[in-house]
Amino acid sequence: MLKKLCVLVVGALFAGSAVADWALNMPEGVTDLSAETYRLHMMVFWWCVAIAIVTFGAMIYSLLKHRKSLGVEPARFSHSMKAEVTWTVIPIVILLVMAVPAAETLIKLEDTRDPDLTVIATGYQWKWHYKYQDEDVEFFSNLERASADARRVGSGVDPFTVDNYLLEVDNRLVVPKGKKVRMLITSNDVLHAWWVPELAIKKDAIPGYINETWFRANETGVFRGQCAELCGMDHGFMPVVVEVVEPEEYQAWLNVRKDDGTRMAASD
Amino acid sequence: MVSAVADVHDKHDDHGPASGIKRWLYTTNHKDIGSMYLIFSLIMFLVGGAMALVIRSELFQPGLQFVQPEFFNQMTTMHALIMVFGAVMPAFVGLANWMIPMMIGAPDMALPRMNNWSFWILPVAFGILLSTLFMPGGAPASGWTMYPPLVLQTGDAFPFLIFSVHLMGISSIMGAINVIVTIINMRAPDMTLLKMPMFVWMWLITAYLLIAVMPVLAGAVTMLLTDQFFGTSFFLAAGGGDPVLFQHIFWFFGHPEVYIMILPAFGVVSEIIPTFARKPLFGHDSMVYAGSSIAFLSFIVWAHHMFTVGMPLTGQLFFMFATMLIAVPTGVKVFNWTATMWRGAMTFETPMLFALGFLFLFTIGGFSGLMLSIVPADIQYHDSYFVVAHFHYVLVPGAIYGIMAGVYYWLPKWTGVMYNEKLGQIHFWMSTIFVNVTFFPMHFLGLAGMPRRIPDYSTQFADFNMIASVGAFGFGLSQLLFVAIVIQCMRKVGEKATDKVWERPRGLEWTVPSPAPYHTFDEPPTSLPTYKGFE
Repeated sequence: MLKKLCVLVVGALFAGSAVADWALNMPEGVTDLSAETYRLHMMVFWWCVAIAIVTFGAMIYSLLKHRKSLGVEPARFSHSMKAEVTWTVIPIVILLVMAVPAAETLIKLEDTRDPDLTVIATGYQWKWHYKYQDEDVEFFSNLERASADARRVGSGVDPFTVDNYLLEVDNRLVVPKGKKVRMLITSNDVLHAWWVPELAIKKDAIPGYINETWFRANETGVFRGQCAELCGMDHGFMPVVVEVVEPEEYQAWLNVRKDDGTRMAASD
Repeated sequence: MVSAVADVHDKHDDHGPASGIKRWLYTTNHKDIGSMYLIFSLIMFLVGGAMALVIRSELFQPGLQFVQPEFFNQMTTMHALIMVFGAVMPAFVGLANWMIPMMIGAPDMALPRMNNWSFWILPVAFGILLSTLFMPGGAPASGWTMYPPLVLQTGDAFPFLIFSVHLMGISSIMGAINVIVTIINMRAPDMTLLKMPMFVWMWLITAYLLIAVMPVLAGAVTMLLTDQFFGTSFFLAAGGGDPVLFQHIFWFFGHPEVYIMILPAFGVVSEIIPTFARKPLFGHDSMVYAGSSIAFLSFIVWAHHMFTVGMPLTGQLFFMFATMLIAVPTGVKVFNWTATMWRGAMTFETPMLFALGFLFLFTIGGFSGLMLSIVPADIQYHDSYFVVAHFHYVLVPGAIYGIMAGVYYWLPKWTGVMYNEKLGQIHFWMSTIFVNVTFFPMHFLGLAGMPRRIPDYSTQFADFNMIASVGAFGFGLSQLLFVAIVIQCMRKVGEKATDKVWERPRGLEWTVPSPAPYHTFDEPPTSLPTYKGFE
């Protein structure tokens, strides 16, 4: 443990290859809107940095120059209408510059019309259930076995030896690349929230409500997230895993799933 | 005849406090009650802090080592309830009790018996809340926000949780009424509203916020109670109710609550910076207007805590714009403090250090707050560690630094001895280093996708969590230094303080002796120090 700490400290000092795998920032993600969200985040961040440089700069200058130990006499001014108006108006202008693109992105995020497919995600304590609308395919998605075993108190398993510890499920949500996927999100018991950072989507699952959101993934791959609303004991153990595949592959997967469903129904 | 009796009674009071435990149980003296509030809040701060260390121990590395997930959730819930209602709020009420009468030239609070009651409710309320740790099913584990339906799965602790929240609310409302009545009616003859010190102003605004929203919280938790025990369905979808309704009501309380915890800190800092810059507070009146604007805006931004619940687009746009607006008056305050320092002649005693720590680090919390107001980005930040970082920045180096700055500033006036300056400065620097080591990495964790309120996490989050845990223990241990410093002063160990204590303080509290006698301003002061300037 001590060794690891040393590595950490050294890594922090020489921010280079040692920290390359540390995620420091929001992912840009794999949808147009996740990239837009990332750009908004960075825009506001850089505005904050700029404002910080000016205000902290003024404070630090003052702290260095306006100290009694330098023998300065304190000034006696105590108000200035001009100054007050300036530092009221300038922030308002900056806020307007931020508000316009934020509103534009928000409007796009809320436009769930004309989806190519719809998936209903239902939160349960503590797993997700997915149902492909009009496709007769549905299944539960639980925390994968290796993680579920390793995470018990006193399991004796080092989490670092488990692939995608706590971020893998037995049945992934499979969706086609380049298609508009509408998610209908609800819950069977308490509040949950369906979150995949790479898709820039987080929506609460609420009993009695059906919430809508959507995404269109531009890349194939496996994208991992977690339940984001406290839902009880195993809140930390109900991941969301979305696998984006080529449309043909998706169709093939869907057919296999349907066959499985029919076979299982027949054997009942 | 009646007045003669009253006279005799007054004379009797002048002998000073009763002795032993009765003094504290029966006291109606604002200074005694202020001290009890402050000591109570310090104890709660340590209890809540111990819970935070349980949380940070478990999160030191991935995997579950020490506690079960259910107990972990109890710790996060209790940590928040205790810190919000037990540590921060009573500390500010304690400061108000001690300082408001002395700052406005009044002999005591306007309603002294109610004052006694509003304090003594608190130990009962927190006794009940803490006792739930030992009940079947454990303490509440649904987060301090108490969202249904999850909160209805609480075990035997549930009605005790509701009852203790009710008690805390009653205590706060009575405290707030007392503050308002005192400020409105008992100011020194020449003290018009705009001549009031900034601490008194910010507390007046806070008190109105408290009266407005504590009953709302009481209503919300009462509806939870009836849903659980009396067959109502306010928040139960199965019975035609609406779980989101609770969130709206809760945050209508919860957002002003945020300002209840920060406005008095604004007031403290506005007292301290002018003293140590030896220069009047810049823009006194605009500080008052900015504080009032913040209070007003705090009522129309509550749903920014709920951007992921599925609100209509127009609702989201409204709450986004209103939230962004709060940056304007908050900015005015920060700029005015900077202008107060500008061309002053500053010295850096411990109260000033904490006020400056507040100024820098609260502003960082303000920046992340601005980022959080942007809805599409908030959808990523929401319920992640980014939010945890944000509100700890505004609450720890914000509210709590405000309290500590105030304690160091006025402690010599209360006890009559100077605190140990060297230890105080060590306390400041240790706290400031560790508070950043603890909370800054949480920004990165949240952006990288770590949800809040989880007892275990994926291995990619391991490094920053380890750093945060190390920082938390450092911060926690540093506070023992603060306890030692305060105890030293209470035992009168240290250099004797002068009446003015500092080189160029302003305000009526510095015109009375140190330590402040049991009764001050039996006669209202005939002349006022000028509050807007020093000349």
